Amino acid sequence: MDASKPVIRVRNITCGYDETVIVDNVSFDVFKGEVFVILGGSGCGKSTLLKNMIGLYQPMDGHIFFDDDELTGAQGDMRDKIIRKFGVMYQMGALFGSMSLLQNVILPLEEFTDLPNEAMNIIAKSKLAMVNLENAVYKLPAAISGGMKKRAAIARAMALDPGILFLDEPGAGLDPISSAELDELILNLSRTLGITFVIVSHELESIYKTADRVIMLDKDIKSIVAEGDPKHLRDTSENIFVKRFFHRQPALGKPDTKPTVQALNKDSR
Amino acid sequence: MTYRTLPDGHPGTAIDLSQKADRLSLDIKGYLDAPGTASVWDDAIRPIREGGYAHVDVNCAGLTYIDGSGVALFIKLREEAALTGGTLELTNLNDEFRSLIDLTWNSELPKWTHKAKDRRGLAEAVGRATEELWEGVRTMVSFVGESSVMIIHSIRHPRQIRWKDVLLSCINVGVDSLFIITLLGFLMGLIMSFQSAVSLERFGGEIFVPNMLGLVMFREMGPLVTSILLAARSGSAFAAEIGTMKINEELDALTTMGLSPMRFLVVPKLLSALAMVPLMTMFFNLASLVGGAVVMLSLGFPLVTFTSRVFSYLDYGDVMGGMLKALVFSVLVAGVGCMRGMQTRSGASAVGLSTTSAVVSGIIMIAFADGIFAVAFYYLNI
Repeated sequence: MDASKPVIRVRNITCGYDETVIVDNVSFDVFKGEVFVILGGSGCGKSTLLKNMIGLYQPMDGHIFFDDDELTGAQGDMRDKIIRKFGVMYQMGALFGSMSLLQNVILPLEEFTDLPNEAMNIIAKSKLAMVNLENAVYKLPAAISGGMKKRAAIARAMALDPGILFLDEPGAGLDPISSAELDELILNLSRTLGITFVIVSHELESIYKTADRVIMLDKDIKSIVAEGDPKHLRDTSENIFVKRFFHRQPALGKPDTKPTVQALNKDSR
Repeated sequence: MTYRTLPDGHPGTAIDLSQKADRLSLDIKGYLDAPGTASVWDDAIRPIREGGYAHVDVNCAGLTYIDGSGVALFIKLREEAALTGGTLELTNLNDEFRSLIDLTWNSELPKWTHKAKDRRGLAEAVGRATEELWEGVRTMVSFVGESSVMIIHSIRHPRQIRWKDVLLSCINVGVDSLFIITLLGFLMGLIMSFQSAVSLERFGGEIFVPNMLGLVMFREMGPLVTSILLAARSGSAFAAEIGTMKINEELDALTTMGLSPMRFLVVPKLLSALAMVPLMTMFFNLASLVGGAVVMLSLGFPLVTFTSRVFSYLDYGDVMGGMLKALVFSVLVAGVGCMRGMQTRSGASAVGLSTTSAVVSGIIMIAFADGIFAVAFYYLNI
């Protein structure tokens, strides 16, 4: 891992929907080859931030750079050039339902390369083999399980060999075994191919297993409350939200403002 | 003691009321589930509301079961007591029931606000409707512009067109609707000829039925009925397909792969509609002539009379005018279907709303465009 070279630089990003700010003035770097996780509670803006980082939404303010190219505001060829640098796996896979897994993976190759059909076939099959789907290449997305869909989506995202993969909640809705297999896959791809992963997740076990570095977003301050190694944060952070998150403590345990029925009864006796 | 009708097999629920100075005692017995709570709700609340007691004791010693409904009753009783300045105590609760009630007893339940029911002023309502209308027009103009650019670009760069998708769409739009369009054409030709023949018979003018039929079908009814069928069959299907893809984030996936959803999804559908609708219109027209011929033959006119009168009265402008209409209607209907699909919001009903909107908007646009054609053809003497 080349820790000195950020491949993504996010600078003073403010984003949200319509007039509502969800993430306010956030800056961070993602370095080459690392598994970087954006985590936080539900509704803190993890997926919103991700969608701004991949150019689906235009941020309200701030800049996003891939290497030295700025994505925010980029149009035409420049935008295409930046988009080619990364692949995206969506939460539910977002595979094209009318195409087989093989056709799904071939699609970006067809559109952006002049390779002969035979070469595209071999590339697509080898990408599917990388995610252990070599026996399902001709199946339609509707005929495979949720975990397989996510792996197929990773294969499609890798079709053009991008240096960066964005994964939106890869473990969501998966059983523990499928989730663990996906974690292994992420680690393998990171180690063997040097792919940089940017993952949105709140699954602690996966985060401990895969993440080199995390940032944690907080809904109340709309910004980053913690950044660093997840295990280190778990063991040392003094921030109440970070502690609750990593130790799975409910926020419901706030001090009572009114006595309980039990207390009322005791008082009345 | 108060008893109300409860479902068969219900263990029963009851309340006893007793009053001493400014203290009201409610003795609740039995099963405080949804039916039981409903049966004692009014009888429990009314004395507190009307009496204005300083203290209300609810004795739960005889309670055998409580669920969310029962807890709601206790919360309501506490609210009613507080409204008249009183306090409420729950006594003799067993630990199991107490822990259930404690789950919500301390929560500040949100009060109903009337903001949601605030009625908009007329000016505000008109302003909001105008804003929405303007936004709709802007979106449509933007979509028409983008799709026109895409189609021109695709025609100039035919290798970039996904011909396989165009072919599949042609099958869906054209081939699969061949039977229904032919049947409709035949029946409409038959009905129109028959009705016209019955009316014209009084003046001995049945011979003019073929003239009328050819003109009406080729100029007006052919493109109109075919396009309405396209809106109902394919416009809604386009909206549903693209809408579902949007909900499944497939459009986002295309965008982040650097593929334009317009080129990938909309252009093949528009091209297939452009190619198929004139053909479908021609099938409709010919089928309607067959229907008309059946009527004329049954009235004793020879087939050659029918065909010669149809084709001697129809000129090139009538046929080409109808085809031009069919082309324009097809673009409108397919375009609106795709646009509504791309505008699909999230939620279970979103795709249904998009398909409905695609059909309604498509038919409205056909009607408007037909009106414009009628005026234009009149002034151009076509």
